[in-house]
Amino acid sequence: MAAPVPQMLTANRLIDGEVLYWRDGNWVSDFARGDVYDDPKAADAALEAAKAFMRDNIVVAAYLFDVRRAAGGIEPVKEREIIRAAGPSNRTDTGKQAGMGPQEPRDVPPIQL
Amino acid sequence: MYRYDEFDAKMVRERAEQFRYQVERRIKGELTEDEFKPLRLKNGLYLQLHSYMLRIAVPYGTLAARQMRQLAFIARKYDRGYGHFTTRTNMQFHWPRLKDVPDILHHLADVEMHCIQTSGNCVRNVTADHFAGAAADELEDPRPISEIFRQWSSFHPEFNYLPRKFKIAVSATKEDRAAVKWHDIGIEIIKNDAGETGYRVFVGGGMGRTPYVALEIGHFVSKTDILAYIEAILRVYNEYGRRDNIHKARVKILVHQLGADEFRRQVEVEFAEIKKKGTLQLPPEELKRIEAYFAPPAFEDLPDTSPEFDAAVKADKDFANWAKTNLTPHRARGYAIATISLKNIGMTTGDISADQMDGVAQIMDDFGFAEVRVSHEQNLVFPHVRRRDLPAVFARLKALDLGTANAGLITDIICCPGLDYCDLANARSIPISMAIQKRFADLERQHDLGEIKIKMSGCINACGHHHAGHIGILGVDKKGVEFYQIQLGGSGAEDASVGEIMGPGFGKDEIVDAIERVVETYVKLREPGERLLDTYRRVGMTPFKNMVYREQMHAAY
Repeated sequence: MAAPVPQMLTANRLIDGEVLYWRDGNWVSDFARGDVYDDPKAADAALEAAKAFMRDNIVVAAYLFDVRRAAGGIEPVKEREIIRAAGPSNRTDTGKQAGMGPQEPRDVPPIQL
Repeated sequence: MYRYDEFDAKMVRERAEQFRYQVERRIKGELTEDEFKPLRLKNGLYLQLHSYMLRIAVPYGTLAARQMRQLAFIARKYDRGYGHFTTRTNMQFHWPRLKDVPDILHHLADVEMHCIQTSGNCVRNVTADHFAGAAADELEDPRPISEIFRQWSSFHPEFNYLPRKFKIAVSATKEDRAAVKWHDIGIEIIKNDAGETGYRVFVGGGMGRTPYVALEIGHFVSKTDILAYIEAILRVYNEYGRRDNIHKARVKILVHQLGADEFRRQVEVEFAEIKKKGTLQLPPEELKRIEAYFAPPAFEDLPDTSPEFDAAVKADKDFANWAKTNLTPHRARGYAIATISLKNIGMTTGDISADQMDGVAQIMDDFGFAEVRVSHEQNLVFPHVRRRDLPAVFARLKALDLGTANAGLITDIICCPGLDYCDLANARSIPISMAIQKRFADLERQHDLGEIKIKMSGCINACGHHHAGHIGILGVDKKGVEFYQIQLGGSGAEDASVGEIMGPGFGKDEIVDAIERVVETYVKLREPGERLLDTYRRVGMTPFKNMVYREQMHAAY
């Protein structure tokens, strides 16, 4: 039997939509710091634990996704998760790849209408 | 342009406040995500890959300078300094935080804008010809009736839970720039033999996984009857449209299943009922009142030619190129319609930075333009520019990096956000579109190729209108890898047609070469004056297919 594909757990934060990854019973923003599960049972247990955060309205849409071990470290298998982990590939000046997370509204003077 | 009356203003303001409480209750946990999702969607708020996305309605694509400035303000304060114009002429912000959205809605209400009915199974933002009020052969401005549709459909209690979303477009010229036959209802303003203006009504057009060109249902509906007629269509759809299968729920399925004659018969029964009650007759004075908002500016009496314009064409090659593609004849002497391309080579289609928005607004103020238009082709339009002002306007646009001379050419690509942002997408579309633009960047070559409309979507939902592209590209996911299918022969214009799938798809590193081979086939086969679409219609798919797959057998089979 083929070895199971390693998995990670992700969700979006309710209040601002930020992409989050499961790490040690809580969430982090950085993909590279997320826990990787080689054992599908452990992955399912993590998803079960994450559901408490959904019930508590901290995150929405938690799910597991496939990753693989590459020369540079862990990477998502599907393009969708590569893009979620980094930011839009057409604009590398924005998203996590540019060190940009959600921010408080910037101090911009209102315009004269 | 239209200004809110007290009812509009109150309605929009109250909706923003209502949403504030809904967001508060969601954050406190008084609403579950399942309960909240339909509420946020009713306010144009989606959850996408990286963040929330807020879709702002731009009715019939018309914006005033103060609205453009407010969008710039929102982009800077709450987003990441840019916005994106869509194929429904709306603006999307890709990075708002849920907790800021109620404030954003109030900022929008300050300039008579909102996000109402930009999502959900209701009548969506009504679109119209982006050259409205300026096109030389226009019978009348299509926007007053579009505005009346907007008012009629906003919070219409009967049509807030339709089987599926519903899109209406209006055009008033022979040349169709609004893709009316691709809409749930497409309306063409026409004149009958008696010289009266009325409406030809097409129903059941649509893209998605089952593309259809709309069928002509109403041959000539009078002005006073149009609301009753549209309501009759919606009633038939609301009653008989399928609710058991989301893929068969659009009105196109019902119309094409019943056929034009039977659908028309059912609409006419309903129409007669509505008329019997005497309701929904559009009072001519109300139509006049709305029309007054869209009255064209007082055009100056100008000569056809302008020495300033002629001198600039001679002196400035960039201006000459821009004038060649981005200007359209205007109904008034001495004026032109100017298209502002949002398709800079290698930039994201439809994206515009806050500085560019402000810059456009400043040009509007400085040259006295009351409005700018958003086109479904994801460009902007200054509808009424004095020809003598064109060199100065172009210089200002160029300084804003908005002077790209490619309107209607192969690099003027329609493209959805795709997998770079969208939760529904199967493949990226923006990077492919950018790569195609780079490949065909040479302007001389673009001019030689003439009008070629490439339209690209990152999934079957077809926000990028790939079915209507002379060359359509559809991104698919093939076992976790992005693949791209080519379609040929689609058209979104008055000669609307559904593109035909060429064959197996191409990998992301092969698709640009494949597109180039399509184009080379056209160049080889074209007869004088033929566009790519014309050549395709004359010779069919086979020669294109043979050329494209000849060197691509490994990808194809």
